[in-house]
Order: sequence, then C-alpha cells, then structure tokens
Amino acid sequence: MADPTVTVNEMKIREVDFNPEFISRMIPRIEWKALYEAALSLDVVGNLSPELITDYEKDEDFLKEAHRVLMEVEVIKGFLICPESGRKFPIENGIPNMLLNEGEVGDGPAQSEALQEDDSMQ
Amino acid sequence: MIEIQMTMADRAVELLALPEGTSSFILDVGCGSGLSGEALTNRGHFWVGMDISKPMLGIAEEREVEGDLFLSDMGEGMFFRPGTFDGVISISALQWLCNADKKTHNPPKRLYKFFSTLYSTMKRGSRAVFQFYPENSHQLELITSQAMRAGFTGGVVVDFPNSTRAKKMFLCLFAGLLNPQLPTGLGTGSQAYSGQVTNSSQRQRFRNLKGKSLKKSRDWIKEKKERRRRQGKGDYKPDSKYSGRKRSNKI
Repeated sequence: MADPTVTVNEMKIREVDFNPEFISRMIPRIEWKALYEAALSLDVVGNLSPELITDYEKDEDFLKEAHRVLMEVEVIKGFLICPESGRKFPIENGIPNMLLNEGEVGDGPAQSEALQEDDSMQ
Repeated sequence: MIEIQMTMADRAVELLALPEGTSSFILDVGCGSGLSGEALTNRGHFWVGMDISKPMLGIAEEREVEGDLFLSDMGEGMFFRPGTFDGVISISALQWLCNADKKTHNPPKRLYKFFSTLYSTMKRGSRAVFQFYPENSHQLELITSQAMRAGFTGGVVVDFPNSTRAKKMFLCLFAGLLNPQLPTGLGTGSQAYSGQVTNSSQRQRFRNLKGKSLKKSRDWIKEKKERRRRQGKGDYKPDSKYSGRKRSNKI
C-alpha cells in the first residue's frame, strides 16, 4: 500500500439518509483507489473492493457501502496528507485546516518543493 | 441580519438553476456559520463549505450544519478534484479578495488564482453565483475581468437596482458550455457548406499579422487601456468619446 493520505486519531459515524441516486452520481468524481486506501487505513472498508466494480448504479449493496464510507464516516481529529508533497493538513473538530503558510502559495507545480520544506505546521 | 442572509442565499440558489428533484453537490465559498448552507440543505442538496475564519466555522460546527467544513483561504486557490461540484454559491464574501490584508497579498493575482482553480473544480456547464458588495466600480471591474480571464462567461445580475436598501448584486458565472448545442456535421443539415473563405484576399490581413496598431492612434490607446484593465492595474481613465481624439490647434 502507498503512503497513507489520511491519518486518524478520532472519528465518528454520523447517520445520514441514504440517497442511492446521489451516491451513484458522486462515484465517477472520486478517485476510487484513494478512497479505498483511506477507508482501509481508517478500518472502515467493509465489503468494498480495491477496484471499482462496473454497473455500480444498480448494485444497491455496493451503493450502501459507498454511502457509509462517503457520507457517514467522519474524521474528527487527524491529518490529511498531500500524496505529492507529503505536506500535512491537520484536522480539528472535523474541520481540515487547509491554510498555507507564507511562501507556500505558488502559482503552479513549482510549489510542491516549497511545501516539502515546511512540515512544522502543527 | 440573519433573515437577509437567508433570503440572499435562497436567491443565489435560485440563480444556480439546478435540475429539479435531484440532489446536487455544491461548494459554498465563505460559508461562515453555515446559514447559506442551510438554504441548500433545505432543498435536499449536499454541500461543502469553506471559510477563512476559524471562530465562524466553530459556530457552524456547534449548530451541527449538514455540510463538510474546511478552513481555507479562497485566495490560495481550491484543492478539490476537477469536476467535483454541480454548482458554487457564495454570500457576501467575494469582496474580501479585493483587500490586501498581508504584505504579500496581490488582489488581482489572488482573484485570478481563486477563479482559475474554481473553474476546474466545477462540472462543465455548471454555474457559480456570488452575492457580493463591491466598494466601487473599479472593484467590480477587477473582479469580473479576473473571472473572465480564468475562462468564465456570465455577468452581474442586479436585484432591485433602484432601491438603495434592497439592491443586491449577484455575479453569475458559467463554467463552459454557455450554448451546449453541438454543431451539426457537414453534409447532414440543410445548411450547405460553401467551402469558401470570405474576404481572404483583403490586404488588411497583412496588417493584422503584424499585430500592433499605429502608435498613439485611437485603437492603440484602446488596446493599451484594455491591457491595463486585464492586468488589474487601475491607472487608466475611463473610455469616452474624447479618448484618443486629436486636439484642435485653436486656442
């Protein structure tokens, strides 16, 4: 498995109404592999498979599982980690802090270097 | 105040013109305490909110709003995957981008960064609606010009323009596909393709190739102003019928 993109100190499950039509419209917008790996590291993977199944629109069991991971699992405390730069973004009270430090704001790919230098953001 | 915020949010959602009866995924830029998000939740949409104020997000969290919250500065750009959102709303937040709160802040650059990254996180053909309070016409122009530069089309909708109290401005932007009609293929429709290019022999073509207009001419002045406007630099005079006119040599 690749390096984790999220680390978790505290999480909770919040019940949300199941909306199969919405979930199946969200699936193509998600990088499935990343979601799967995140679910794996949070230990909430359930019956999900590492590869996205075809015809998921019709598979209610799958949609329910996806719904659970996408909508109900909430990370309260932990870190989001940028896979390219390794930069950590702290999550507190369920709110990720995406603010950048001075010097981290770039206009293009060149910024990843600046991001790597600064890991002191805790 | 809360009521005004809610009606503005409702109006913004209305301007988004989302498909009826389906739940959409919306980004709320400058969500604050999540009031505008409630307008979305009420209509069955799911949303993600971002704001630069930690205390405001704290209030939103306490009020247990439905949306997912992010602490972030919109001038630093968006961090979502391309094509994530079905629409974007923003209530009374956009004008903050015109301020330089830190020495390193450059408003035109931050606006451009915001709009260009926003464009990519939106689904093609979706809309972004910003209710905002520009301080003056200069700010309005700065905002719209940077949005157009980032590839958006659209413009400003003004509600109740004749009332100072009820007047509200909405910047409505479209991400691609303003006219989603596909062009018809050749030889299929009634419109015959002539296979001819008109005016190809005009000499003007040559002048255009060289690009620049004659220095100090009316066109040259216009182009220069346009250039300054695009760059978000404010040191030009507004266009008028006198722009670039010859002065008479009478006294």
